[in-house]
Parts: sequence; C-alpha cells; structure tokens
Amino acid sequence: MPATYEPIATTTLSSAASSITFSSIPATYTDLRVVMVGTATNGSVILFNYNSDTANNYSRILLQGTGVAASSSFQSNSNGNYAGTWYSSYPCFTTIDLMSYAGSTYKTNLITTNADINGSGNVRYIVGLWRSTSAINSITFSIDSDTFATGTTATLYGIKSA
Amino acid sequence: MATTYTLISSNTLSSSAASVTFSSIPSTYTDLVLRVSTRSDSNDGGSTGSLTGLYFYVNGGAGTGSGTRLTGNGATTSSARWTDYGKIFPQTDASMTSNTFGSAEIYIPSYTASQNKPYGSFSVAENNATTGYVGVNAGLYSSTAAISSLVIYPWNGNFVSGSSFYLYGIKNS
Repeated sequence: MPATYEPIATTTLSSAASSITFSSIPATYTDLRVVMVGTATNGSVILFNYNSDTANNYSRILLQGTGVAASSSFQSNSNGNYAGTWYSSYPCFTTIDLMSYAGSTYKTNLITTNADINGSGNVRYIVGLWRSTSAINSITFSIDSDTFATGTTATLYGIKSA
Repeated sequence: MATTYTLISSNTLSSSAASVTFSSIPSTYTDLVLRVSTRSDSNDGGSTGSLTGLYFYVNGGAGTGSGTRLTGNGATTSSARWTDYGKIFPQTDASMTSNTFGSAEIYIPSYTASQNKPYGSFSVAENNATTGYVGVNAGLYSSTAAISSLVIYPWNGNFVSGSSFYLYGIKNS
C-alpha cells in the first residue's frame, strides 16, 4: 500500500536562523502538515508566506486563551500568515494544516500554537486564508525582528487521500 | 520508505479501570500522538457546568509542568492556567448524555529531545443538553528526560468499559 503520511523535509537548526524555508514542494499530495518545535531567541511573532508572496493576500481569524481570558480577533489584507508567538524560555509547538494545497482555489490553513511557558503564555487556534489559486510550492517561516533558536525543528509532511 | 505514522499500542477497556498505562515507549519516533475516547463513572457535574478532564503522569510520576486551556461550553468561553502535572480539558463524565464518550487527541512533539516537552491537545465532550464542551490546551512537561511511559487518569472515578486509548508514533524521516 502506498504511504499515506510521509515526511517531505525536516530541518533542525544547528545555529540560530532568521527564517526556515521548505521549497520545491511536490504537488503529489492532497494535504500538507507542518510541525515546528523550538524557541525564539528573544520571543517574537512567527509569520509565514507561500511562494514568496509578501503582498497583502492573507487574512485570519484567531481564537486564543491566555490563562486569564479568552478572546477572538481578525485580520484582513495582511502580508503573511500569523502563526502565533514563540518565547525564549520554554519550547513552543506549532502545527499548520494545509488542505488541498495544490488545488486551484484559495488556500485555507489551520494553525495551532501551544505556547505555555510555566505560568504565562497562551494557546491559539487560527484559521488563515491565502487568496491565491496557485499551488503551494514553498513555505517560508520568519520571526519578527528575531531568530529561531538553535535546536528548533520543523518538519513538512505530505498526506495522500488515495 | 519506513512507515511514518505507526500504532505503538492500544487499549480498549472491557471493564472499568482507574487508569490506563503505556509503558516501554520506544525512543525511535519523533513525536507521539495519543488519541482517546473516554467516559468516567464519576458524576462531576459536567452537564451543569462543572468542567472536568483527564490528567496524565509521565515516566512514573506526576512530575512538574504547566498548562493553559481554552474552553467553550455552548454559552461562554473561558481560559485558565495550571502549574502542576499534565491535564486535558474537557472529558465526558457520568452526568452527561448516556452512551456518549468524549474524544481527545494529545500531540507530544520531540518527546525524546533533551529539552522541556511542550504538548498540545484538542478535546470534546458533547452532551445532548445546553452544556457541552470543546477545549484546547497548551501544556508543558518540565523535564529534559525522554518520555518512556504515560499513565492516563480520569479526573475522578474510573474510565468506563468501552473507553479506548491509542498511542501512535510519528517519524520525521
């Protein structure tokens, strides 16, 4: 039986880096999943872009709990997907699910960020939209005025429906 | 290519049990995923607004950790924090619709890495009434040791017969 859930690429940083990129993503899967674990050198927001598109073609709805309050917000016409905030003190964990990433419709993604840092932090669920009908062939993660710390791991998985 | 997503062990209860244990977890995977379908025999008041859950011990002990939860109950949302062992909110208890089990998935990435272990979970406890629950949790297990065992408990009472537990390993290469 052909494999359904396959690692496409994985990166573990041997030194701090300002970005992590998955490129040349094959169009042969149905869905993609990214799993990232690590810390930010200083503690900052993670953004990611598809196919090097940094124009205002992204939007999102966010639901979060901070341990004190629950809230929701939206952002339209943004220049990237928002994947939450990572901190420097404890490792954080983000997953991104991209359904039908190679299809010819706009691209929806579901993002979870688990950033509990022992007495503070948050949990966030985000639905994002990239208004492009192009197949996703690259994903670039960046961290606002900061770096992903050494030891941060990011893996891209492909999921086949048949 | 080696299989990426593998069932390590499973347990479906044929009688009630106070806990379920996964021991001797191999260190050959990258991430762990625990999927459960559970109901406790304790009336914790879940159908009338008292949030209940599951908790789990790692490597034979409660350990230290923390977590942040976000839950909705059909009327309101709430968020709270804890600073002890691993917890998952919500869970289905005996006060909720009969023959109904809650579901949860707990994802533990990099479970063998020499760092503290973050985890995330999504769980639901539906109830054919005005109060049910959906919850997400971000947790942290404060230990740099590889995870080799997990013990899962209901908040109170026992897991009823039919509760099921599946532990999967995911390899990133």
